[in-house]
Amino acid sequence: MDDLSIADRLENLNDQHQRHKEEKLSNNTDQTLVSMHKAGVCKGKRWLVRDVDLNIERGEIVTLIGPNGSGKTTVTRLATGVLKPTSGKVARIAKLKIGHVPQRLNIGWALPLNVARLMTLTGHHSRNDIIKQLEQVGASHLMHAAVQELSGGEFQRVLLARAMIRMPDLLVLDEPVQGVDFASQLALYRLISDIRARTNCAILLVSHDLHVVMAETDRVVCLNGHVCCSGSPEHVAGSSEYLELFGEQARQRLAIYQHHHDHTHDSAPQPGDKHVR
Amino acid sequence: MSDNSLFLALLGGVGLALVAGPLGCFVIWRRMAYFGDTMAHSALLGVALSVLFGIHMALGVFGVAILIAIALVILQRGETLSADAILGVLSHSTLALGLVLVALVPQLNIDLEQFLFGNIRGVGTMDIVVIYLGAAGIGGVLFRYWRTLLAATVNRELAEAEGLKPAWGNLVLMLLVATSVAIAMKLVGILLITSLLIIPAATARRLAVSPEQMAFFATIIGVLAVSGGLSGASVWGTPAGASIVVAALSLFLLSFLVPTQNLTDSWKDAQGEKTQ
Repeated sequence: MDDLSIADRLENLNDQHQRHKEEKLSNNTDQTLVSMHKAGVCKGKRWLVRDVDLNIERGEIVTLIGPNGSGKTTVTRLATGVLKPTSGKVARIAKLKIGHVPQRLNIGWALPLNVARLMTLTGHHSRNDIIKQLEQVGASHLMHAAVQELSGGEFQRVLLARAMIRMPDLLVLDEPVQGVDFASQLALYRLISDIRARTNCAILLVSHDLHVVMAETDRVVCLNGHVCCSGSPEHVAGSSEYLELFGEQARQRLAIYQHHHDHTHDSAPQPGDKHVR
Repeated sequence: MSDNSLFLALLGGVGLALVAGPLGCFVIWRRMAYFGDTMAHSALLGVALSVLFGIHMALGVFGVAILIAIALVILQRGETLSADAILGVLSHSTLALGLVLVALVPQLNIDLEQFLFGNIRGVGTMDIVVIYLGAAGIGGVLFRYWRTLLAATVNRELAEAEGLKPAWGNLVLMLLVATSVAIAMKLVGILLITSLLIIPAATARRLAVSPEQMAFFATIIGVLAVSGGLSGASVWGTPAGASIVVAALSLFLLSFLVPTQNLTDSWKDAQGEKTQ
């Protein structure tokens, strides 16, 4: 990849961000859902994260990146309220409804669970809603499949539908493309940006790969036990803190998934999925 | 065996099977089988202590089981030993402590065999009351917290993030298993208690396509095993607890004859029909 194409990409991104900012203002839906002020979590004698300042606004995609053990999951746990901060403050709006796609969900064969039943795991939903949500992710044909039999890509799409059926204010995705082949990763990222466009919920995303940041991300927060740097993807990519943390190579390897608006979603299985007929 | 004691045993056994089914499902899903064994092994210590202090046996067994559960939770915090190693320590040492205590204090006058293998002839009206009270408690808690416990079984963090409160789920299930051991001991005996939780649920797994279905089938299978086992025991004079387990085992083996509801195939077929 030569310098010119990177420059083109960044310009393209800047346009997209400008568009989103204008949309947000015109919709007048700005609302802070979660607000962290100098939040820290201490476990035993070790600080998992410290002094985290982070706001999550409605309709915004925030991506957390950072090396292993940098506190990405800890920050998502602070946002969901599963963890209470040892120091600092985490404020969440009243009755914040969260949809959660956890990291590494292994469901053993001992538990008989099909996709339809998984959809109602944490709350009751009508059959129509279940079908509708599964259709949104192109997985309605998997309704009666056992969850253990799904491919990585199918399972993540179903988990996304399960989180969305709750109509959450905040969608939390912890490494949503882990164990998913490349083509399905693209499809997943498309779905995620679709979801934001359709529902205007906030999305907190933990990136499975340091170097892969969604083009649709409004803000990247780079963690390493504390917030190293944050801002638009292109700002973070160019910041000295980011380069220091991930090295000069990271700059070249920072791939940014491009978003195309000309795609369609149907129930056709994605390439690479197991159940292609 | 007189008709009356057979009737009482049946009544108690069915009450037990009604809740052992769904509870056993959780034991299987959350891999608590060894924990159940540990609870059961600690029961003899509970019996000895309750005779020593003159309290009701179920109460003594329940009390010791709770202490073991708490010890397990505390020892697990240490994070240096795996759960099964800790259970291995607790399981056999409580059984040994119980055996030594029974031998050391001759006035206890405990007929070991009756507790190890069960004694349905000794089942009285009071025992039936205890069984049904305990069963009602187990059933009530499982019914009330079914969604939370199930969601936490799939993924605790997910359940918690989405507003359920599964924090005490593990402890609650431990207490329920302890309760089931306390009320089942007299009927099936210490050594065979966990099988009543596990075998019906394991059999049901082969037939079920949803968690609720598995719990329901496990209940039915448990009731069949209890009635079949007790009838067999009265006809052939075999030990009641063991007969119940053998009946459960037969059902488990029979379930292999049922063609597996291979979900993939069935939904694939359905898809195929639609496209044709």
